[in-house]
Amino acid sequence: MKLLKLVPADTNIKFLRLRVPFFVVSLLLIAASWALVFVNGLNLGVDFAGGQEIQATFTQSDEAPVPELRESIAAVEGVGDPVVQRFGEANQVSIRVKLPPEAEGNPAFADELTKRITTALEAGYDDIQIDAVNSVSGKVSGEFRQDAILALLAAMVAVALYIWIRFEWQFGAGALFALFHDVSLTLGLFALFQLEFSLQIIAAILAIIGYSLNDTIVVFDRIRENLKKYRKMGIVEVLDLSMNETLARTVMTSLTLLVALLPLLLFGPASLFGLVAAITFGLFVGTYSSVYLASPVLIWLGVDSNSFVPRESEADRQEKIARGEA
Amino acid sequence: MLDFPFWKKLMLWGITLAAVIAALPSLANSAGIDWPDELPDPMVNLGLDLAGGSHLLLEAEVEEVRSQQLENMEETVRREMRNAEPRIRIGDISTSGGQLSFILSEPGDIDRARGLLEPYIMGDGLNREWDLEVVDTQRMVLTPTETGIEARVDDAMESATEVVRRRIDDLGTREPTIIRQGDTRIVVQVPGLEDPDALKELLGQTAQLEFKLVDKDALPSNVQAGIAPPGSQIVPYAPGTGFEGQFEAVERLGGIRGDSLTNAQAGVDPQTNENVVDITFDAQGGARFAKLSTENVGERFAIILDGEVISAPYFRERILGGRAQISGNFTAESANSLAISLRSGALPVPLTVIEERTVGPDLGADSIRRGMIAMLIGSIAVIALMIATYGRFGVYATIALVFNVAMLLGIMAILNTTLTLPGIAGFVLTIGAAVDANVLINERIREERKRGRKVVTAVETGYKEASRAIYDANITNFISAVLLGLFGSGPIRGFAVVLILGLFTSVFTALPLTRMWVAGWLRKARPADINI
Repeated sequence: MKLLKLVPADTNIKFLRLRVPFFVVSLLLIAASWALVFVNGLNLGVDFAGGQEIQATFTQSDEAPVPELRESIAAVEGVGDPVVQRFGEANQVSIRVKLPPEAEGNPAFADELTKRITTALEAGYDDIQIDAVNSVSGKVSGEFRQDAILALLAAMVAVALYIWIRFEWQFGAGALFALFHDVSLTLGLFALFQLEFSLQIIAAILAIIGYSLNDTIVVFDRIRENLKKYRKMGIVEVLDLSMNETLARTVMTSLTLLVALLPLLLFGPASLFGLVAAITFGLFVGTYSSVYLASPVLIWLGVDSNSFVPRESEADRQEKIARGEA
Repeated sequence: MLDFPFWKKLMLWGITLAAVIAALPSLANSAGIDWPDELPDPMVNLGLDLAGGSHLLLEAEVEEVRSQQLENMEETVRREMRNAEPRIRIGDISTSGGQLSFILSEPGDIDRARGLLEPYIMGDGLNREWDLEVVDTQRMVLTPTETGIEARVDDAMESATEVVRRRIDDLGTREPTIIRQGDTRIVVQVPGLEDPDALKELLGQTAQLEFKLVDKDALPSNVQAGIAPPGSQIVPYAPGTGFEGQFEAVERLGGIRGDSLTNAQAGVDPQTNENVVDITFDAQGGARFAKLSTENVGERFAIILDGEVISAPYFRERILGGRAQISGNFTAESANSLAISLRSGALPVPLTVIEERTVGPDLGADSIRRGMIAMLIGSIAVIALMIATYGRFGVYATIALVFNVAMLLGIMAILNTTLTLPGIAGFVLTIGAAVDANVLINERIREERKRGRKVVTAVETGYKEASRAIYDANITNFISAVLLGLFGSGPIRGFAVVLILGLFTSVFTALPLTRMWVAGWLRKARPADINI
């Protein structure tokens, strides 16, 4: 049987020749992402902004009366500007309502508003079936925001520390920078398209951190091995060699993950779409950042063939001097 | 590496089969097959987002505990001073600013007053519950200590959790989960609930029932203007009573709290055909109620529920049997709901729903169906890709993948963890991660063969060199998944749990298990070349 070879044997791509332009582009993309986050803002879902998200099905209709629904919900007392969208099938909708300012300091308001909206829906439409209600008060959403930021920072720092311990500090720095890039671009994507940013997206970003790091570690592991093996080779050549050697694996793994994720993206439950879309996006930026960000950082931070030679201790050096060897 | 001693094989197969067998009840259940009762049946729980149900996060209004604590102390002080021999005269009692302060008419009574209050100040005897200060020689100021408040809040939450449990049980729902969370919160999870509004209404009702005498000397115009006569307070009528917008002035002290009830039943008054709630006091409450009614025959009293008047009837006669009837323009439902609340006892502190997640059973079932279809298509695509790329080694990877998913399910069942909607995405990611380990190994074997190594050495080096990166990658993944689990609640935690357990099963199936199979094949077939 002839086996499939996605990547030809013995590739010799000079990945790092373009490291400076790619690096500059990446820096610009990171800057653009943060600019988008600060200018456009993230479209925070009810988890982080507080409010209601209600999913409903019009069981007797082919299509949900979206514009009419928007008006009737906007008429509910306390509701500002509801977002009503098709969600899943044509007769299914998602209704999102942000908490009004008067909810500030009144944690019971969210629940009161939920009751008003569901009552109005059930009174206004005979065939409406309420599938899901998410109601989050301002107090809880504030805690979620804080916890999410903490979790992201803690995850990035913890894994960078682990890599520092397992490799060298330059590798930790390289990995951390790559992760920062992945997280930034994912946030930028959500800010650009104003996709709903929910708790699930935080879970997706943490999965991206894990995946991107997986890639980075595979490349780093090979770099370490080759640095020890080819002591006379220049650092750039070692990095290029390592990436070429691991290229087949990188392509294969990314492809299998993509193949596993796509059906979930296309046929999976509508409520998982954001999570899976974010992870799929992260798959691409994560693979890219391992090659073009994590590795060049190693060159600039002065990794060379001596990085993994055990350093002689001060005591040994003194002893050598005393014996007249140095 | 070809050497797999018998005990090692036995152990690997033992672990694998044990985990796979543990998955069988869950698989049988999802396929609609009945699992025999005689056999043990570890099950993967379905999260509320898949099974349907309500998740409510309730928060206690702690302020209420503080003010109640002050009010109780005020009654204690009045009682103790009145009953002292000789009586200690006090005045200018105030409970503002979170303190209770009063003036002793005779400064000489200070030491006696202090002695009487000492037992209450010390609380349980271990930690002071109140600080007592004397200002200007005759004003006593009582301030609750932080530990005192904490102890009160803790007691209140403990019994609130119990009350919530009783109310939900009374509702007849199956397998609710009620857990105290943190200092002032309670998590309620009720699977397969038809009507979350009824549940919320039940939990929203503090059911603090009070009977207080109506202040008959209060001027109606003052009462409606919200001005209370000394010693009285203004209480509004509850909505739906027919007197909305009106008020009653009631005497602040000397009433009866409804926490000494032994029973409450919804019923219909045969004479008026009204919906009522019949209540029965315990012995002590019955005696107090008898005394109150005896002393006030012909007077009006207000039945106050959660700070709102529901009716204000007359004591027509002495009520001695410890039974009473509450009427207040109830519907059959609201009478029943009130009866449940009263039966289960009053909540010692009002609870607010600060987060709600409700999923209908249809949506959950649809999510499972879609998730399963997506996972099936994804798995088939991954398997096809693996076999096309690595041939025989791809087949081993595929078998490892199937075992991986089954083991993951089995371990989740043994640990009694919950599968949530994001957890399904976790399964898909686990499939991806598991494949990565095999890809790393197989690519390495390819490389080593290309470098001219013999088959056995190439396979051996492939496993050895790849393991390092596999372990490092999985440990970092583990770190980020653990942080996710610590941070996330509910569904997100379910995602983290699948990722974490999946890391273990992936490494187990990808490294020792496939190595055992490959080694077995190499020993038997002794191929001079391998197609990889």
